[in-house]
Parts: sequence; structure tokens; C-alpha cells
Amino acid sequence: MSMTELFLLFVSSIFVHNILLSRFLGCCPFMGVSSKLKTAQGMGAAVVFVIVLASLMTWLTYNYLLVPLHLEYLYTLSFILVIAALVQFVELALKKLNPVLYKSLGIFLPLITTNCAVLGVAVLNMNEGYGLAASLVNAFGSSLGFLLAISLMAGIRERIEENDGIPDSLQGLPMALITAGLMSIAFMGFTGIIK
Amino acid sequence: MSQSKVKIITNGILSENPTFVQCIGLCPTLAVTSSVANGLGMGIAATFVLIASNAVISLLRKMVPDEVRIPIFIVVIAGFVTVIEFLMKGFAPELNKSLGIFIPLIVVNCIILARAEAFASKNGVFASALDGVGMGLGFTIALMFLGSIREIFGAGTWFGNPVVSFEPALLVVLAPGGFIVLGCCMGAFRAIQARAAKLRGLGATPAEARPMGCGSCIMAKFCQKTESDCEVNS
Repeated sequence: MSMTELFLLFVSSIFVHNILLSRFLGCCPFMGVSSKLKTAQGMGAAVVFVIVLASLMTWLTYNYLLVPLHLEYLYTLSFILVIAALVQFVELALKKLNPVLYKSLGIFLPLITTNCAVLGVAVLNMNEGYGLAASLVNAFGSSLGFLLAISLMAGIRERIEENDGIPDSLQGLPMALITAGLMSIAFMGFTGIIK
Repeated sequence: MSQSKVKIITNGILSENPTFVQCIGLCPTLAVTSSVANGLGMGIAATFVLIASNAVISLLRKMVPDEVRIPIFIVVIAGFVTVIEFLMKGFAPELNKSLGIFIPLIVVNCIILARAEAFASKNGVFASALDGVGMGLGFTIALMFLGSIREIFGAGTWFGNPVVSFEPALLVVLAPGGFIVLGCCMGAFRAIQARAAKLRGLGATPAEARPMGCGSCIMAKFCQKTESDCEVNS
């Protein structure tokens, strides 16, 4: 892939195919961890970190382990194991090497293993047949898109919390979902920027 | 079948409905409900994985050391997901294509791991399989319900047959429609629950019935915090 194509892929993975608002990957943390801006940003940063690393590891696993052994059909099993092991490893490494960062990202790491965005990006990279560079660009762009969407959402939800006019039954999650729908409409506006 | 066995099944459909009450497994719920057939297909696939993994995890529950149980659960689940992926590729290639990436993603569907952790690792094989049936049915019904609404209002069809005379609103089938329809349905479900509770003389307000909290969190076991200083669900 040429530089231009990689750049277009980067932009489209952030805005046009936003991982949360148009691909519906990673909705659980998007709804669960988006009530405060600070925690949302922490979660977003942890996701960027893990998705990029996981895409690298799963790409290597797929192309240098599963393809030579003709075990492509085991990708689900091996990807999830690689991701789980990676998350554990990152947690240990962060604890040892950078306690400050660990303190802000640490609590989110166990949650990330079951975040479908991580496995989703790995499987997308595989399905699209991306090379290593394209996989990493797609991973970085998608996870930045996640960080962007979850931060925007948390900002809006902090404001919604102060509003007393919402009916009881819509408070919390239902209202957050409707807000996400409106955000998703806004993000549809990006569709035209890349053919 | 004794009373309690029936209750295990109805639990999953009504009082602990994974989608509307526990609010877990949202990604596939939003993504595949653009038509009722997709919703049904996803529901069946997830039900199969739920029943099988619940039964196997229940069988293994005494052999698995506590520290490594989550990876082992995930391996069991991933095994069954690979099986259903093969079955779908062979018998329903069309459906497999339209569900696409969400078939392998059943592995990380929180419903399945949450049931393994909350039910199958503590109960017998038969009860666990029944819990899988109940939760799977609850999930399938929710998916079909949302799929019906979105297909009827967004495409004007039901299972591909034209049913309405008005001009359908395409937006409902697109991504934003998924969020908005689910939000509205969840609100309606809560309003009905609150109404029913009031009629029966119980004081359960929607706020109390709100699912967010340690009870529905799959991390509850590792987490040392109490509900009040939870940083994730506060």
C-alpha cells in the first residue's frame, strides 16, 4: 500500500468507519465506562494501547503460525488467547515499569480482554488481508476513533446528568443509547470525505 | 419438570433478560438487528454456544483451579464458536456472510462469559444447560423483537415480505437507528416493569431496577471495590 492509501485508511478508520458508531464494536465499555470524562479517557487510552499491540501480535500469529501450519480455522481461538495473554503481560509490565501509568490504566486492562473491539479489529485486519503496515494503521486509527467517540460521549453524558427533565425510565442507559444514535447520525456526515 | 427448573428458563427470558435488563452483549444486538432474519440467526448461534459452553463449563467446574478459570472458560467458548462458524459456513452461507465478523465475536459476547462465571461454574450440568436455554431464548427474542421493529420501519418488510404501505425510513436500518431503537425499547421495557411493579404493590422504581452495578459486572469477582466507589459503572 502506498503512503496515500495508508493515510486514507487512517482517516476512514477514525471517522468514516468509526469503530463504535458505525461498526458497533466495543459498545459495552462505550455504554458502561462513559459516564465520567476522566474514566472514559483512561479507558480510551488503554484501548489504543492494547488494540495496536494486539493487532501486531495477532498479525504475526496468523501469518507466521496459522498460515504455515494450515490452521487458519483456529483463528478465533488463537486470537483470543493471544489477546488475553497480551493483556495480562501488559498489566504486569506496566505495574513494574511505569506505576503511574498503571494506576491510571490498570483498572481497565482486565475489562479489555472481553472488549470486542480488540478481537474485532484483529479479525477485520485478517478478513481484509491487510499487510503489517496497513494492519497497524487500521488498528491505530480505529482505536483513536474509539477514544474520540467515548470521550465525546462522556462529555455529553456529564451534561445530561445535570438535566432533571428526563423521564425516569429513560435515565441512564436508554438516554445514552439515544445520544449515541444522534452522534452516529453526525458521524454519517463523514461518509462523503473518502470515496 | 419442577418449579425451579421452569424458573431457570423464564429467568433468562423475563426477569434477567440479557438485553433489556442486564444490558450486556450490546454489540451484536446493535449490529445484527437490521433485519429479523439476521437477529434470529445470531440468536440461534449464540444460544447454541451458550448451552454447550454452560454444560461443559459446569462439567469442568470442580477440576478448574480458580486462578486460571477465565482463560479456560474462554478456550471452551472459543471452541464452540469455531464449531458454529463451520456449521454456518456449511449450512447457511448467506446468513454467515451477512453476520460476518459477529460470528467469531460471539467469543467475547459478555452474556456467555457472564453466565459461565455467574451460573455454570456454580451449578450442575442440567441446570446450567437450562440456564443456557433460558438466556439464549431471552437473547433471541430480544434480537428478533428489535430486528422486527427495524426491518418493518426501516425497510417496510418482515422476513423479506413487504408488510407496510407507508414509505419506510431508511435511517432505522442504518447504524443510528440501531442505537435509537434499542434506547427507546429499553426505556419502554423499564416503564412497563415499573408499572407492573406498582400494580403488584411493590415499590421498585426504575432507578432500583437499574442493571448497572456489581451484580451485572463480570469483573465483580476480581474487583475489590464496593459499588459506591466503583470507577467503571458509577
